[in-house]
Amino acid sequence: MELFTNQVLAGIATGAIYACMALAVVMIYQAIDHLNFAQGEMAMFSTFISWQLMQWGVPYWGAFVLTLAFSFAAGILIERLLFKPLAKAPILTNVAGFIALYAIINSVAGLIWDFTIKQYPTPFGSSPFLGSQLISTHQAGMIGVTVLLLILLYLFFQFTRIGLSMRAAASVPESARLVGVNTGWMIALGWGMAAAIGSIAGMLIAPVVFLEPNMMGGVLIYGFAAAVLGGLTSPFGAVIGGFLVGIIENLAGTYIPGVGNELKLPIALALIITVLVVKPAGLFGRPIVKRV
Amino acid sequence: MSAVQEVVTEAPAVEAVPKRAMTLGNGTSLAMLLVLILVPLFVKNFIIFQLTMLLIYALAVLALNILTGGSGQFSLGQSAFYAVGAYTSAILMEHADINYALTLPIAGIVCFAFGFLFGQPALRLSGVYLALATFALATAMPQLLKLGVFEKWTGGVQGLVVTKPDAPFGLPMSQDMWLYYFTLAVSVAIYIFSVNLLKSRSGRAFMAIRDNEIAASAMGIDVALYKTLAFGVSAGITGVAGGLGAIAVQFVAPDGYTITLAISLFLGMVVGGVGWLPGSIVGSAFIIFVPNIAEGISKGLSGAVFGVLLFLVIFLVPHGARQIAVVAQQLLGKFKKN
Repeated sequence: MELFTNQVLAGIATGAIYACMALAVVMIYQAIDHLNFAQGEMAMFSTFISWQLMQWGVPYWGAFVLTLAFSFAAGILIERLLFKPLAKAPILTNVAGFIALYAIINSVAGLIWDFTIKQYPTPFGSSPFLGSQLISTHQAGMIGVTVLLLILLYLFFQFTRIGLSMRAAASVPESARLVGVNTGWMIALGWGMAAAIGSIAGMLIAPVVFLEPNMMGGVLIYGFAAAVLGGLTSPFGAVIGGFLVGIIENLAGTYIPGVGNELKLPIALALIITVLVVKPAGLFGRPIVKRV
Repeated sequence: MSAVQEVVTEAPAVEAVPKRAMTLGNGTSLAMLLVLILVPLFVKNFIIFQLTMLLIYALAVLALNILTGGSGQFSLGQSAFYAVGAYTSAILMEHADINYALTLPIAGIVCFAFGFLFGQPALRLSGVYLALATFALATAMPQLLKLGVFEKWTGGVQGLVVTKPDAPFGLPMSQDMWLYYFTLAVSVAIYIFSVNLLKSRSGRAFMAIRDNEIAASAMGIDVALYKTLAFGVSAGITGVAGGLGAIAVQFVAPDGYTITLAISLFLGMVVGGVGWLPGSIVGSAFIIFVPNIAEGISKGLSGAVFGVLLFLVIFLVPHGARQIAVVAQQLLGKFKKN
């Protein structure tokens, strides 16, 4: 039993990483109806910016705030320059665009900061949390930040005018436009927010996986799995999905014989496919009805 | 209100391409074939090898084109089918001593079955979800190939070395050149098969599903059957390409079939023009030669150059090589009139 609780705790700790990433994935999906394959790379680039700022002597929280602002602006800029013209194009073209963006960001980051692994500081310290060996203060802080972020997003979407406009623009664009919502800018805002959330995820993950241009590869797939599990239309579901994926991954590694480190990615695959087949809308998403 | 909110008219995932616009005229096709037959006689062995790879990737892009351009389904997981084909060929050649030419149909059948089965869960998915599921398949494949259980056959992380076949009947040509002509023959056969497939009843069913799934099912098309069939055919052709690839490269290893390969094939299709079968070879040339050119422009920034080129294609010629071909044809038509 103790093994079980420990594994669940450790799962929650890694799950926090996936939850952060899944939240960013869901944000952009809500805003533009596409999965952004470059999301992880955008987060990685933001994390490098904050690292660079700290190298220049900016204190952690200063760098944190500056990076958020930078990511928000960069997200909007990318949308305005590259993806607004593609809004009417088929999904396929958009996916190709995401892949191009992925290649560009990855390569530019590699050129500026090279591919060596870098240490990244944590504001929470890394001593054991409440005397538990399995979960460090950093991981506890990460869970705290994720939950806080979720609450803030909830308040934003439920109780502010602009949050309401964003929801309207995402669910029924035509009607939203008729009541005076500037849907174009709402999409740009969605990109900005997704980029900012992604940068938070990157800065929280970097102390665990270390900073380098390819740090997001695996995390993004788990983020996708978490988002699909929780439902691509629900930020709350994404966070729950993230924790669940972390726990499932750990438990499967402990209790199913033959599942070691090498099989962790196939678990994410199996999870994605199972969820999509059994309950395509995810645990907390709403089903979408199609018409001719 | 809530009922209205949840009803969405989904934009088609792929632009509709009329059936006639999917292929080339007979004259152009023959001229193209003649060029492909003659070129290897005048170039070095290494270039012949590259041309062989060009044909092999063109086959894989063609397979994706049937799936996406034909039936409107996405796949970012073609590398998985390619890997299964390559491993089937390699294992049959090395462990069962079967002639290389005979391993290809087996690889095709194995992949057809694999694709058909994978198509079953994929049936429930469309658009972005399908892209995601296949993306996950592609990332998981190298790990599955490394599994200890299969190591006896797959060689685990080390992979398998494949012997390159000699030219038969004592023909006076190098191994590379023989393999090129062998690949060319297979490619032409598959191309003709694909063109005819799309012209057939099944092809029309694919396209009806692509253009409007609900309308297609209302017309009595068995949507589930044809969608999985498209997956199966696409996987089967990719498997043959994978088998050829294993013979040409003389080596199979799990890390040769990562998600990068799947993305390359996807890009090849976009560049060649979705739904335009002859574009496959243009797309294949793009994915083989452009990374080299990008590296030539700037070593450190090759990824960025590649990405920028891709954006240029998306913005300037969103229909890929098909668009260029159409424009060229129109210009030629004007020229003739004058």
